[in-house]
Amino acid sequence: MAVIVVIILVVVVVLLAIYAIASYNGLVGLRNRIENAWAQIDVQLKRRYDLIPNLVETVKGYAAHERETLDAVITARNAGMNAQGPHDQAAAENMLTGALKSLFALSEAYPDLKANQNFAQLQEELTGTEGRIAYARQFYNDTVYRYNTKIQSFPSNVLAGMFHFSEREYFQADDDSRGPVQVQF
Amino acid sequence: MYDQVASNKRRSWLLVVGFALFVGVVAVAFAYLIGGGPFGIAIALIVAIATSWGAYWKSDTVALRISRAREATVEEFPRYHNIVEGLCIASGLPKPRLYVIDDPAPNAFATGRNPRNAAVAVTTGLFEKMNRIELEGVLAHELSHVKNYDILVSTLAVTMVGMIALLADLGVRMLWWGGGRNSHRDYDNRNGGGGGPQAILAIAGFALLLLSPLIAVLMQRAVSRRRETLADVSGVEMTRYPPGLISALEKLRDDSTVVHATSHATAHLWIEQPSAQTEEEGKLSRFNRMFDTHPPLDERIALLREL
Repeated sequence: MAVIVVIILVVVVVLLAIYAIASYNGLVGLRNRIENAWAQIDVQLKRRYDLIPNLVETVKGYAAHERETLDAVITARNAGMNAQGPHDQAAAENMLTGALKSLFALSEAYPDLKANQNFAQLQEELTGTEGRIAYARQFYNDTVYRYNTKIQSFPSNVLAGMFHFSEREYFQADDDSRGPVQVQF
Repeated sequence: MYDQVASNKRRSWLLVVGFALFVGVVAVAFAYLIGGGPFGIAIALIVAIATSWGAYWKSDTVALRISRAREATVEEFPRYHNIVEGLCIASGLPKPRLYVIDDPAPNAFATGRNPRNAAVAVTTGLFEKMNRIELEGVLAHELSHVKNYDILVSTLAVTMVGMIALLADLGVRMLWWGGGRNSHRDYDNRNGGGGGPQAILAIAGFALLLLSPLIAVLMQRAVSRRRETLADVSGVEMTRYPPGLISALEKLRDDSTVVHATSHATAHLWIEQPSAQTEEEGKLSRFNRMFDTHPPLDERIALLREL
């Protein structure tokens, strides 16, 4: 009889240990994935900054006198590269997105520019990179969501508390970009 | 969602095992009817296991080859690569190999055995007829097949259905022409005349052999329809933009060109049923719909509208 009790106890302890190990490893994996997702956003942002000088050079060849628009793009890019902290960066990013939009709008007035192969390629690259930035943020938030849910829910929260897994913050879109779009004629 | 992927993965493995067992049973029936005793059965089983194993490693190459797909370069298809890279970031998948098929009909499929060894193929017609957002919707649907491990099941199904059809065909022919029947009778005689149970077994085996291609195809179809709907939904979860896939599916519905480089074996791989569909088909009974690889496009669109 006693033997059976001991066996049952051992089995329960072993099962608990297996659960704890799996749960701990899951948390570590998710935490690393969050780090990786965050780094991925930066990779894509840098890619966008790298594409811009090329784009500006190409546009200059066709519309050199559109100085204002070109300068706005360059200024926004430099502001973004030098931004400190997520808040500044978000502001610079918004500026850059707006400046790029007016730059691409320019191409409507210059048929030669629009027909330029290089320009079309850069435009595709930038659109693709912007999509990637958005997706990288989405993936970051999805991962944070899974991680936080795991940390908060029982029984993994016990383990998370023991090993100091702390909740992560979501990437928040700027307040401005969430409001209604202003259309001006 | 993640639970759904996990349960889907489990179901995929069950299906693969089920398919392999089915191939094994058909192989045993084949060997039993042809004669040759335990030795024949062993050979048939070895052949079945070997083909399943080969299918696991090589079926993606076969599927791509059948559809005459060629590798899509970054230089030639920058948009294709950009969209897939974006979606892979969104879903945390490694980037699959990308292929194009020179065909004016818009369609796409995914193949491979796991996310690390996956390939997506798209017809040139799809690039011509879809805008960026619609393309993104279609490619997200394909990547969902990769993520949900549907590709493993469906590519394996291609080879296994082919295998079973081949075995059944061969077996029935051999019995018909008497070669197998004689040795079978000898086998029975040696065992003392062959009683009732043995005759029943022989008839059951024969029936199984006759019906096996049909059963295999039905399995393939049933697997496919459920997964298409799931891939639509999880594709939208990737892009967070249902209208993209909705308008892509609408374009597919209104387009009537048919993919040339396709066969019935690969029909279930594509995002839309590649064969010609006539008006009457929609009005036919449930029985006929059992042979469809995809739910009707209207049903899929209606489901996405509810999201």
